[in-house]
Amino acid sequence: MPAANPTTHRRPSGLKLLQWGLGAWTAAVFVFLYLPILVLVAYSFNTSRLNVVWEGFTFRWYGELFGHGPLIKTLKNSLIIATLSTVFAVIIGTAGAWLLHRYRYRFARAIQTLIFIPMVMPEIVMGISLLVFFTTVQLDLGFVTAVIAHTTFCFPFVMLAVQARLQGLDPAMEEAALDLGASPWQAFWLVIVPCLRPAIISGALMAFTLSMDELIISIFTTDPASRTLPMQVFGMAKVGLNPMLNALSALFVLITIASVLFSEHLRRLASR
Amino acid sequence: MQALPSVNLENPHARRARAGAWLLIAPLVIWLGLFVVAPLGILVAYSLASTGELGQVEFALNFDNYVRVFDPIYLKIFGRSIAYAALTTVLCLVIGYPVAWYIARQRPVVRNRLLLLVMIPFWTSFLIRTYAWIAILRSEGLLNATLSASGAIPAIFPEPLALLYTPTAVVIGLVYAYLPFMILPIYGSAEKLDHALVEAAHDLGAGPLRVFREVIIPLTRPGIAAGMLLVFVPAIGMFAITDLMGGARVSMIGNVIHNQFTKALNYPFGAALGVVFTLLFVLSYALLQWRGRRRDRG
Repeated sequence: MPAANPTTHRRPSGLKLLQWGLGAWTAAVFVFLYLPILVLVAYSFNTSRLNVVWEGFTFRWYGELFGHGPLIKTLKNSLIIATLSTVFAVIIGTAGAWLLHRYRYRFARAIQTLIFIPMVMPEIVMGISLLVFFTTVQLDLGFVTAVIAHTTFCFPFVMLAVQARLQGLDPAMEEAALDLGASPWQAFWLVIVPCLRPAIISGALMAFTLSMDELIISIFTTDPASRTLPMQVFGMAKVGLNPMLNALSALFVLITIASVLFSEHLRRLASR
Repeated sequence: MQALPSVNLENPHARRARAGAWLLIAPLVIWLGLFVVAPLGILVAYSLASTGELGQVEFALNFDNYVRVFDPIYLKIFGRSIAYAALTTVLCLVIGYPVAWYIARQRPVVRNRLLLLVMIPFWTSFLIRTYAWIAILRSEGLLNATLSASGAIPAIFPEPLALLYTPTAVVIGLVYAYLPFMILPIYGSAEKLDHALVEAAHDLGAGPLRVFREVIIPLTRPGIAAGMLLVFVPAIGMFAITDLMGGARVSMIGNVIHNQFTKALNYPFGAALGVVFTLLFVLSYALLQWRGRRRDRG
C-alpha cells in the first residue's frame, strides 16, 4: 500500500500508526462477526447436546434434522412461498424497470417513490398493514396472502438491480432491433432481456434470499398451514438451544456463502 | 443528500407514454396501490376505530387509541425502544465506521475480498445470527466456559455471568444483527471520496483530527445518514431479537404491537401504535433529509 502512495513518506508517522490501528480494529470486527457463526457450525458436529464441551464428532443432528416433521414441513412452505414470490417479483420488477426506462410517464417520479416504500418501511408496519388489509377484503390468511406479501417487499430489489443495469445499456440496441424489423415485444424479449440477464438473476437471488429469511411479515400474513421456516426456527430458538437448529444454521450459512459468491461472480460478469 | 437509493430516470431515448404503455405498466401501479397504499390507508382507518365488547372492530371516528398510546406505560416502552435503537445505532456507527473507511482505502482486489466478508453476514439470516449468540451468552455457554477455564472466574468475576435475557444481551444481539447495514452504506460513501482532498487538507497543515472532522465526516455524511436510517428504524420495531436475547423481560414497541395482533387481538390499538411508529420513521427520515440539505447549502 505505502509503495503505491508517493506522499506517504512526507506524512507524520502517527498516520501510519493510525493505519495499523484501523487494520487491527477491522480484524477484530471481523472476528466479532464470524466467531459466533463458526462456533455454531462447529457445535453442529458435536455429540454433546449442551454445546459447551467438545465431546466428539457426529452427523447425528443433521440426520435428525431431516427427520423433524415441522422443520421439513415449514421448509417446504418457505420454498413454495419464496419460489412463487421470486417469479412474481422478477416479472413485476423487470417489466416495471424496463417500462419506466423506455417510456416517459407522467407520474414516473411518484411511481418510483412508491416502489421504495416497501424497501424502507419497517417490516412490522408492513406486516400489520397487510394483515388489516386482508382482514378488510376478507381474504383468508394462507399461501396466497403470504405470496402477495413476499412479492410486495421483494420486487423493489429486483427492480433496482435491473434499473442499475439499464442505465449502462446502449439505447442503440433496441433501435437496431426495431430497424431490423422486430416488433417492440420481440426487441424486448430477444434483445433487452438477454442483456439484462445478470441483473435479473442477481435480483432474483436477492428476492429469494429475502423471502426465505423473512420472519416478521410472515408472522402477520400466514396461517398455521402455511407457517414458514423462520417462524418455526424462531419458535424453537425461543425455548433455547437445540442441536438440530445448529445443524440447520450451519446449512443455511453454507448456502448463503455459496449464493453471495455466485452473485459476486455475476456482478463481475456484468461489469466486464 | 439522499438516504434512499436514487435512480436516474433520465433517458433521452424514452418515448412519451401512450395508452399502450400505460396499459403495460398498469399491473405494477395496481399492485402498489392495492398492496402498499391501500393497506396503509386501512391501517389508519383501523387506528381510528374501536373494539366492541365481542372484540369486533367498530368503525366510528375516535381518538381513544391515540390517547392510550400516550399512557405512561406505552410512552415508557416507546422511550425504551428508541433508547435501545439509538444506542444500537451509535455503537454500530462507532464500530463500523473505521471498518468501512479501512476497506475503502485498500487496493481494489483486497477491497473486494473484504467487502465479500461483510456481505456474507449481511445476507445470513438474522435469526440464525441471533441464535448463535444464545450458545455464547448462556450461563452455561461458551463465554462463561472460557472465562472459568482461563481462571477469570472466580479471579475477576465471583460467579458465572448471567448475560442472556438481559438488556446487555439485547444490545449485543441488535448490534450484531445490524452492523453490516451500517458498514455497507458508509463504505459506499468512503469509496467515492476523493482522497486528494484529504491529502490537500494534510498538506495545508490540518492535523488528523481536524481532517477527520472537517473533511472526512462531511464527505461521508450521505453514507452515515443512510446507515443510521437502516439501523435505527428496523431496530425500534425488531421484536424477534428482543424476544430471543431478552427473554420476555425486555419489552419493546415491536413486542407490544405484535401482542395486540396475536394475543390481545386489539387491532385498532395495535394499528394506532403502528401509525405512531410510522410517523416516527417518517419524521426521522425527514430530519435526516432536512439536515443534509441544510448542510449542502450552508
